[in-house]
Amino acid sequence: MISTKKTGNYALTLLLILLVIVFLVPIAVVFINSFKSKFSINQTPFLPPTTDTFVGIENYTSGIRDTGFPMAFFWSLFITTLSVITIVVFTSMTAWYIVRSKSRFANFIYYLFVFSMIVPFQMVMFTMSKIANVLGLDNPLGIVVLYLGFGSGLSVFLFVGFVKSVPRAVEEAAVIDGCNPFQLFWKIVFKILRPTAITVAVLNAMWIWNDYLLPYLVIGSEYKTIPIAIQYLKGGYGSVDMGAMMAMLVLAILPVVVFYLFCQKYIIKGVAAGAVKG
Amino acid sequence: MERSIRKWFVIFMVPTIITFLIAFLIPFLMGLYLSFCDFRSVTDAEFVGFSNYVRLVTENKDFLNSLRFTAAFTVVSVVSVNFFAFLLALALTRGLRGTNIFRTVFFMPNLIGGIVLGYIWQVLINGILYNYGYSITSKAEFGFFGLVIIMNWQMIGYMMVIYIAGIQNIPDELIEAASVDGASRFGILKNIILPSVMPSFTICLFLTLTNSFKLFDQNLALTAGAPANKTRMLALDIYNTFYGRVGNEGLGQAKAVIFSIIVALIALLQLYITRSREEEG
Repeated sequence: MISTKKTGNYALTLLLILLVIVFLVPIAVVFINSFKSKFSINQTPFLPPTTDTFVGIENYTSGIRDTGFPMAFFWSLFITTLSVITIVVFTSMTAWYIVRSKSRFANFIYYLFVFSMIVPFQMVMFTMSKIANVLGLDNPLGIVVLYLGFGSGLSVFLFVGFVKSVPRAVEEAAVIDGCNPFQLFWKIVFKILRPTAITVAVLNAMWIWNDYLLPYLVIGSEYKTIPIAIQYLKGGYGSVDMGAMMAMLVLAILPVVVFYLFCQKYIIKGVAAGAVKG
Repeated sequence: MERSIRKWFVIFMVPTIITFLIAFLIPFLMGLYLSFCDFRSVTDAEFVGFSNYVRLVTENKDFLNSLRFTAAFTVVSVVSVNFFAFLLALALTRGLRGTNIFRTVFFMPNLIGGIVLGYIWQVLINGILYNYGYSITSKAEFGFFGLVIIMNWQMIGYMMVIYIAGIQNIPDELIEAASVDGASRFGILKNIILPSVMPSFTICLFLTLTNSFKLFDQNLALTAGAPANKTRMLALDIYNTFYGRVGNEGLGQAKAVIFSIIVALIALLQLYITRSREEEG
């Protein structure tokens, strides 16, 4: 009995290792091809570079030149960081107010937030980008406002779910100590909300970092984020420089993977927690 | 305490509410109204009643074709993603060595954006099809299965993490007691594990359904609808209607309204059905 269980486990482990390879092959193929000449990529993507097809870092230099990748990286980082901080700060306060104030109006607003979660972006894409133009939000700072507004639904929802489970006794003690609600929230409540804050930060960072359509429509003509820069390579020219494409895909994946390896504990926990409450 | 909190309305609520109005509520209501109008730029809107909605079904088959393609893609993706994710979750909750590494790798594609994913798989699929004289845009079937593969590669790890959380919530004693009582492995799976992961199943079904149905970036990068718009999903069809040619903004907005209604119906119906099942079980 025990030995059959053991062989079963070995077989399963072997199967999982095979699957790991299957999962990693696509990234490896892109990486290998980023060093090959552009004409050898379409036809023989699974062959390693030979002396004929090896081009060194030429794809990287031409790709960076064509897309302005360093600036795209900067704008992606700038917009994502600022938006995530803004979302966590404001939606946590809003959620706490909704639960603790018990006002009818706040409750009504909460239902609007929940409703916004199921409406697809296409519904508001045209009108939102027009409004962003009129209000002068069509720049990397203005887009943070849009992300707070469009992302608040899910974030408020997650925070409200957690605040409801926090006992009020702690907060009441602080009120007696003379804290006003603002101090109370930032000195005490927010520390208790930290696990949910991580979940909200992870989910929004994943969304905003990879978002293509919203930044493309609102700021795409002047500022490129990474997804816009990648899509720009395809452009209107018809043919795509596959070498530059491979190199830029590697540059797009690399920071995400490095960040993931450092924070994977928080990311996986955050995602799982977000789903359980959702 | 409520009264002292309410004095802080301006700081706690107003920033979120104002941005919510700008980025969601006002665009949403305007969009709803504009779907009954003929317009180029919002300010020149002219009320035309239901004619955009009539055009949507009568003018050409674009929307209905996209709807059919999207529905088929959604069914295949939802079933395959959840099936494989659940199997992996079972495999990774048995205390095998290396479980953490496996989990880390399987989850990773989920962090890569849709545009990047689309181009990664375009190269791979074209590389394989090239040997047979095809490319991904030769036949609609290639694009269809390409999208299904992308969806699986991206979402399996995500759903697996949620299923793992569900399985780990089952008390160990429950499973031990059952196996002491002589329950078979299949019996444990059917009578203990499956009912216990129903909440995880609900949320995974919700996430895969809505994400598949709303797919855009991957579609744009992998095939952009080719050949002949046969692999164009709803979100891309709406985008092309808006921005492809001037003069179809009203039609695009009407499509977006129908799209939103379908997404909302799917989400509500699915939540209702699985929630009521959970309560029975």
